[in-house]
Amino acid sequence: MIRCGVDIGGTFTDVVLDHPGGRATTKVLTDYARPEDAILEGIRLTADAAGVALSDLGQVIHGTTLVTNALIQRSGPRMAFVTTEGFRDVIEMRSENRFEQYDLNLRLPEPLVPRKDRFTLSERMSPQGDVLRPLDPDAVEALVRDIAAKDYATVAVGFLHSYANDAHERVVYEFFSRIAPDLPVSISSRVSPQMRELPRFNTVIANAYVRPQVAAYLDRLVTRLREAGTDAPVYMMHSGGGLISVETAAEEPVRLLESGPAGGAIFAAGYARAHGIGRALSFDMGGTTAKICLIEDGAPKTASSFEIARTWRFKKGSGMTVSTPVVEMVEIGAGGGSIASIDALGRIQVGPRSAGSEPGPACYQRGGQHPTVTDANLTLGRLDPEAFAGGKIPLSTEAAERALAAHVGQAQGLGPADAAFGVTEMVDEQMANAARVHAVENGREIEDFTMIAFGGGAPLHAARLAEKLGIAAVLVPPGAGVGSAIGFLEAPVSYETARGLFQRLDTFDAGTVNAALETMEAEARRFVEAGAQGQATETRLVAHMRYSGQGWEIPVLLDSRVFGEDAPAKLRAAFEEAYRTLFGRIIEGLAVEVANWTLSVATPKPPRAAVTRRETGRKAEGKARRFLDAALRAHVDAAEVARADLSPGDRVDGPAIVTEDETSTIVTSAFTCIAQDDGSLLLIRKDRT
Amino acid sequence: MSIDAQIMWNRLIAVVEEQATTLVRTAFSTSVREAGDLSAGLFDARGRMMAQAVTGTPGHVNAMAESVGHFVDAIGRQTMKKGDVYITNDPWLGTGHLHDITVVTPVFREARLIGFFACTAHIVDIGGRGFGPDANEVYEEGLLIPISRFADAGEVNAFLVDIVRANVREPVQVVGDIYSLAACNEAGEKRLQAMLDEFRTDDLEDLSDFIAKASHQATRAAIAKVPDGTYTHEMTVDGFEAPVEMHVTLTVAGDRITCDFAGTSGMSRFGVNCPEVYTRAYACYALKCAIAPEVPNNAAALEPFEITAPEGSILAARRPAPVSVRHVMGHLVPDVVLGALHKALPATVPAEGASALWNIQISCRPVDDASNLPRREVLMFNSGGTGARPALDGLSATAFPSGVSTMSVEATEQVGPITVWRKELRPDSGGAGQQRGGLGQVIEISPREGYALMFNAMFDRCAYPARGRDGGGQGAPGRVELTDGTTLRAKGRQSVPEGATLRLSLPGGGGYGDPGARDRDAVRADVAAGYVSAENARKTYGLEDDT
Repeated sequence: MIRCGVDIGGTFTDVVLDHPGGRATTKVLTDYARPEDAILEGIRLTADAAGVALSDLGQVIHGTTLVTNALIQRSGPRMAFVTTEGFRDVIEMRSENRFEQYDLNLRLPEPLVPRKDRFTLSERMSPQGDVLRPLDPDAVEALVRDIAAKDYATVAVGFLHSYANDAHERVVYEFFSRIAPDLPVSISSRVSPQMRELPRFNTVIANAYVRPQVAAYLDRLVTRLREAGTDAPVYMMHSGGGLISVETAAEEPVRLLESGPAGGAIFAAGYARAHGIGRALSFDMGGTTAKICLIEDGAPKTASSFEIARTWRFKKGSGMTVSTPVVEMVEIGAGGGSIASIDALGRIQVGPRSAGSEPGPACYQRGGQHPTVTDANLTLGRLDPEAFAGGKIPLSTEAAERALAAHVGQAQGLGPADAAFGVTEMVDEQMANAARVHAVENGREIEDFTMIAFGGGAPLHAARLAEKLGIAAVLVPPGAGVGSAIGFLEAPVSYETARGLFQRLDTFDAGTVNAALETMEAEARRFVEAGAQGQATETRLVAHMRYSGQGWEIPVLLDSRVFGEDAPAKLRAAFEEAYRTLFGRIIEGLAVEVANWTLSVATPKPPRAAVTRRETGRKAEGKARRFLDAALRAHVDAAEVARADLSPGDRVDGPAIVTEDETSTIVTSAFTCIAQDDGSLLLIRKDRT
Repeated sequence: MSIDAQIMWNRLIAVVEEQATTLVRTAFSTSVREAGDLSAGLFDARGRMMAQAVTGTPGHVNAMAESVGHFVDAIGRQTMKKGDVYITNDPWLGTGHLHDITVVTPVFREARLIGFFACTAHIVDIGGRGFGPDANEVYEEGLLIPISRFADAGEVNAFLVDIVRANVREPVQVVGDIYSLAACNEAGEKRLQAMLDEFRTDDLEDLSDFIAKASHQATRAAIAKVPDGTYTHEMTVDGFEAPVEMHVTLTVAGDRITCDFAGTSGMSRFGVNCPEVYTRAYACYALKCAIAPEVPNNAAALEPFEITAPEGSILAARRPAPVSVRHVMGHLVPDVVLGALHKALPATVPAEGASALWNIQISCRPVDDASNLPRREVLMFNSGGTGARPALDGLSATAFPSGVSTMSVEATEQVGPITVWRKELRPDSGGAGQQRGGLGQVIEISPREGYALMFNAMFDRCAYPARGRDGGGQGAPGRVELTDGTTLRAKGRQSVPEGATLRLSLPGGGGYGDPGARDRDAVRADVAAGYVSAENARKTYGLEDDT
């Protein structure tokens, strides 16, 4: 089948087309006003290059930042939120803390729905799902008529404990269907039926907020594709790293958050599988941010909630937490365009402010006056001023040095080269610290991981980052510039359902749990089977468990989905194993409980042909270059080799630079680089070869 | 400025953050995990704090910095060995009450002592009467572990562990948390050793000097911008058995600030007294926020702030005063300090806020002893409004100066048999002003069927609400009552019978500037949102709209 992956990013729309003759890729500029225009243009160009007719397309797989952007830019329509009386302000009170301790003029993010648009109804469920206060149908009808009469374009409903009993939310939904059938209504027990009101309300609100925009966009996209002569079904990449149908996406657009980065993680996971890398750290560095993700046994690590639309320096707590399945990623404000400056203590600071692509780094000479990471790399000889972006953007070393001198060097009493060294070391240090903390939070040792580096900036920084982290090997796959779109083509069709069903193990009710899990599996299966096209599926069940009295849960992967009398013992054993892995110990004699359950159904990961690792090979010669090796604190004579000239097995000993159109791979003195059979570059620390 | 030194400084801050992360992840205690009630730091061989993690607890700033010196004095540098771990929960040498355990681990390089890692966490129980203000002496508040060896050259002190185990209600969790504290220091040490290998150095002294010099200079430069002079301020708060007067005198001379609490009320008979170390922590936090917020916490950044309180006052309690819930008074300290600083730096600091957290520990007891219903304990963290800022409204239902987080109502109701009927903003509670004070919140709680509730009230700003600044109005005072109209006390142990509902109305923050000068559209928006009632808008803000 001919499949086409489309990733809309901030600057470029990437198209990848897999056809019997191979793989074709295209980059076109993103069209902000009408993203579908760029997609059509990209698909046409790619199909032409591949010699494929649009009518032969079998599948179009799409990921977009539209949802993320709509939430960051607050470009959604006016919406109403209906909630339980007494809880009108959950989304405004948040967790009642300040994300920045020392700022007296702190601004908290504004809630997506202002207070005047939040309505309450008298009703209440208990945590067990019993009705504590009934819902009055007359009051519902009056409120629904009131909302319908105003100019709200979309509605969200979230009642307390609705994950335990959705009856009241359904009543409200039905009144809306009857009285205002054209008004889209999202209910929390459908979108995210998990315990904890703040993330659940955030999730249903985010969903409702972007729904009209996303539905209209997907509708236009499908229509345009039809008009262009293809009736290929469209699948959307979701944040959990799988595919859903375009119809599901229109109803639950919150699942589309961060789908581009998820594609990147899937791309890296494919290479981890091909190269037999059990523990991989994917490192994706672009113009404004760097993203880090742990990949174990060929699958990116996932989480059931994450924070979106951070309003202050990517700081934890400055955005809104939503509970939807997601590939777990750490994002830091460090990219090629990140601006370097001197702080009040006279220290070099890099990011999170970015020069972006306009005006861009000082060396672009398009008006950027501030020194960026790219300027520092250029000054240190790590970028070739004539060959950047295949020679399309000539870089001015002089402008880079001028900016570094003015904004970093003078205050520090340093020349441009030393200032540049300080800037790259500081940005590498920031990324290394973030990666280390992320590994610690997951109970892992970062030294055990192999890095997979992609995105324009990553190959420049990967070796130094690996030195700082004690990582022994780095893989730089080919095609890294369109990694996310390639990842889309490798993603399984998958759907995850979550359910808040509280169970203490000492009073475990197997019947209730079994029935709930059966419903969840049937629901997930319904979403997957249409796209699975007869493929076998895999089901995965995770219980989110804790010791009684703890305020947080850990995910525990279970191998059985039907529970009998021995369930408490089995669940306890699985919990203790997971707890020990994460925290190094267990606590005897405490009760254990389950708060939420998540169940996912997915088609299998596409098989990857194993690539036999080559660790030695013929030494390739290159022309002479000089660059600064950060670990040695010295300029070194390096070999410059074009990636295109390397054949499998060719070896380039560091210090070396392997160049290609989109980026360069820096091989520091500590590493040797060997070209692999699939076009990847493998950097191995010399003391490990 | 050496780039290596800058990188290492950056790394050390990451190392202590990682140390804190390790503790947050492995500690059992809810207040550590949910509220960030912990701290972690690195010290040089002389006991100077080089870096400290930013956690939810400003109350540990300074307290942490001073602690290692006490350990060095008590243990003796010469007797320290690799594999040693030291411990205390002495309120006067640690962080102010018995529930905080501080653990210090010496770091050796080539058999030479080069520094220390220290960390502190709030544990779930320490015996005695349990967490509350009822004790009249610290002896009643639980077990006090003097500075001692938890591990001697790698060998854990089994006798000490047995003593702890025998004296606390949750021995498994408490002892487990002590091991967590030791483990988090170990994690920090591993990273530090790797850094020293990477930078080929065996010493922290040069780096410590570098950090000290830069921090000292930046802090002093910031203080030098504050006009010289003596600034006094006074504030009355509810206290426990009687109102408490807090008096402060700030003296700014060049690049030094002294802050003294002479004139402050004497000690309480109940556990709301602060050891001086805790007062210093919050006073220093307030000054740092206003004057030098960007300088990382370390000994040199804190040193230019000299803070003293007369011994025997409620802000410098003498042994054996009860100190269990010292946070109630401690959280109010920044308001009075900022009030004095306002006289030196107009248009910089916020108005007074609710400030003291309205934490509530609820004991759920079956009404019928013969029933099989289990007893349960529920802990909730709740915050009122913060004071309005010179150019911004106050923050509604947000903790300041504390940095803690609240827990989900749904999760809380899973823990114990209570129903929270209401937890939402309290209209008209923000002090009026050109900038409005943050709103408090209203919380309504009743026991589930078959239960009654006991709770220990430790709520402030009920009799003496947060005052406004520069013409701003006061925030609404707090109120504790049953919904049937029964008034309850703001301090002390009380009950909520089956069928009744407790209502907590949390105080709002004070306003800033003349309410008449508030932007008319902002007043209208407040009315539309229901932050301010139409009546109040007319009366207080003079809004003449017909709406």
